Amino acid sequence: MTWLDTIIQGVLLGGLYALFAAGLSLVFGIMRLVNLAHGDLIVLAAFLILVLVTALGLNPFVATLVAMPLMFAIGWALQFFLLNRTLGADILPPLLVTFGLSIVIQNGLLEGFTADSRRVSVGGLESASVALGPIHVGVMPVLTLASAIAVIIGLNQLFYRTSLGRAFRATSDDPVTAGLMGIRPKRIFATATGIALAVVTIAALYLGTRANFNPTIGPARLIYAFEAVIIGGLGSLWGTLFGGIVIGIAQTFGAAINPEWQILAGHLAFLVVLLVRPRGLFPRAVD
Amino acid sequence: MTDVSTTRWKVETRTKASAAFALVAVLISLLAFAAPFLVSRSVLQDLFFILTMLVLAQNWNLLAGYAGLVSVGQQAFVGFGGYAMFALVSLGGLDPLAAVLLAGVASCLLAIPTAFFLFRLQGAYFAIGSWVIAEVARLALAQWKMLGGGTGTSLPREATRDMPALKLVGELFGVKSSGAGDILTYWLALLLAIATIGLVYRLLRSKQGLGLAAARDNQEAARSVGVDARRMKTLVYLAAAFGTGLAGALIYVQKARISPDAAFSVIDWTAYVIFIVVIGGIGTIEGPIVGIIVFFILQNLLADYGSWYLLILGLIGIAIMLLAPRGLWGLFAERTGIQLFPVRRRLTGGPVSSSKRGGARG
Repeated sequence: MTWLDTIIQGVLLGGLYALFAAGLSLVFGIMRLVNLAHGDLIVLAAFLILVLVTALGLNPFVATLVAMPLMFAIGWALQFFLLNRTLGADILPPLLVTFGLSIVIQNGLLEGFTADSRRVSVGGLESASVALGPIHVGVMPVLTLASAIAVIIGLNQLFYRTSLGRAFRATSDDPVTAGLMGIRPKRIFATATGIALAVVTIAALYLGTRANFNPTIGPARLIYAFEAVIIGGLGSLWGTLFGGIVIGIAQTFGAAINPEWQILAGHLAFLVVLLVRPRGLFPRAVD
Repeated sequence: MTDVSTTRWKVETRTKASAAFALVAVLISLLAFAAPFLVSRSVLQDLFFILTMLVLAQNWNLLAGYAGLVSVGQQAFVGFGGYAMFALVSLGGLDPLAAVLLAGVASCLLAIPTAFFLFRLQGAYFAIGSWVIAEVARLALAQWKMLGGGTGTSLPREATRDMPALKLVGELFGVKSSGAGDILTYWLALLLAIATIGLVYRLLRSKQGLGLAAARDNQEAARSVGVDARRMKTLVYLAAAFGTGLAGALIYVQKARISPDAAFSVIDWTAYVIFIVVIGGIGTIEGPIVGIIVFFILQNLLADYGSWYLLILGLIGIAIMLLAPRGLWGLFAERTGIQLFPVRRRLTGGPVSSSKRGGARG
């Protein structure tokens, strides 16, 4: 039964990677912007939750609810005042500015919180488990996957059922015409990044409670998120969840063979998918 | 019919400033070769750092500024070059100098399969994809137990001490092997830097360079006039891997100690390099040269401030990208029209006297 256990652990880990990736996928889908600071923003949100938990004594879940609007505001301002100025036909400015941002956030956090490893405690919940037939699974990993599915359903509803979602899709297709219809693309972009960072905050909760974290782990999270998006195919949120699960299963299998191979196995799975299906498994957007 | 011989047109890239600069450049190079006679060992080590970073910056600039391939994974080739050199010296018993050259070739060979993967990704996805490749290389080499695994290893002392070239330099200067090593690696770094700048400049002035610039500015238009953009980009990618691998191998001959985390560090070999190019001016040969000077000054000023240093560097990089995307050299060239490495073709000669010749300068 160990291999079944490995698969289930991998699927649950995939939920975490899908949460990392959802924000990246959202921002890319709407404004073709790849934010190289995405991983560092996840870590920033994790530190924000940590501060709220330790300084105000809040429950981590409550702290996440408090942090979400704050991260939304940070994302909104970041996009409106900084990143909007980099958008255009040239791909260099957004890449180099977000790369600079990644370095700034990482070193800002190092300065503020040192390089020590931290962890957000959820009061014994991290060691709780439930029996799923013959397999025991942790409560937190199950919650992570459930949150990932809820976030994807929520984002899809937002995209296809609300006027804001219609504005997102219109701006994504043709910002000039959308502007003629009374949509202000710059504000739409700012709102999209705000929502992406609210999703990032949820990801940060599970990142911070699952294992130790420190200011330098952001870039690795960016890479996992990116791999999930590419494996799933650009423009498909369910594809992103599937991509996250592929990475998760590859990593748990790699770790089962040799703990040193965990991360490498995930990357190799990504390269194999890139080799056989360069446009991902469920491509939707044509990019 | 007029006499053709007196009205011959010529296509030139040379300007007055560049002709004068060529002379200065030769003088600077001669002075730089004489530096081991003139300056102390610590200055020589600083110069080695400056020159190797300049080589990395020129290679990254060739990729991002000319071929439009924004890579954040060039540390893959620095690390792989370093490890290839270590393997050839410690396991193969080769002379370190030969090993450096072969390590460059090895990096170039590594670039063939990685190009195969990466060229399936566009723009920003190419950037992160290149990072994944570097991570795979780091994690894979950390498994190589004969070269120290995750903790790394040192270069065997006798391998460097017994180098014939080192003995020659040691006798010439009357110094011990460690001092001679610094002189030798400095000269090699200088040669590599001059060769890199020379080759990049030659490429940009050639027909291929023109095609590259055309493909960067408008890929469809370039293809319509017969530029094979994909082939050009692949060649540039392989050439940059070779140059970066050589520099990586040379850096690790001088360091004499290697570990996966240091050799594949995204901060040391890519972030710094990107900031050097962006601050100096992306898409020009002068840019990385200006950038490395500014970078070295900033590093010395802010060395004691730890992570503040990188934070400030990041902020400067963002500010330059937003306010002056052509960098410091771009600002200067815009105001003065001076180009030290001009690549723009101009028509000269012909029946019109040169004083009446129209068109933009430089």
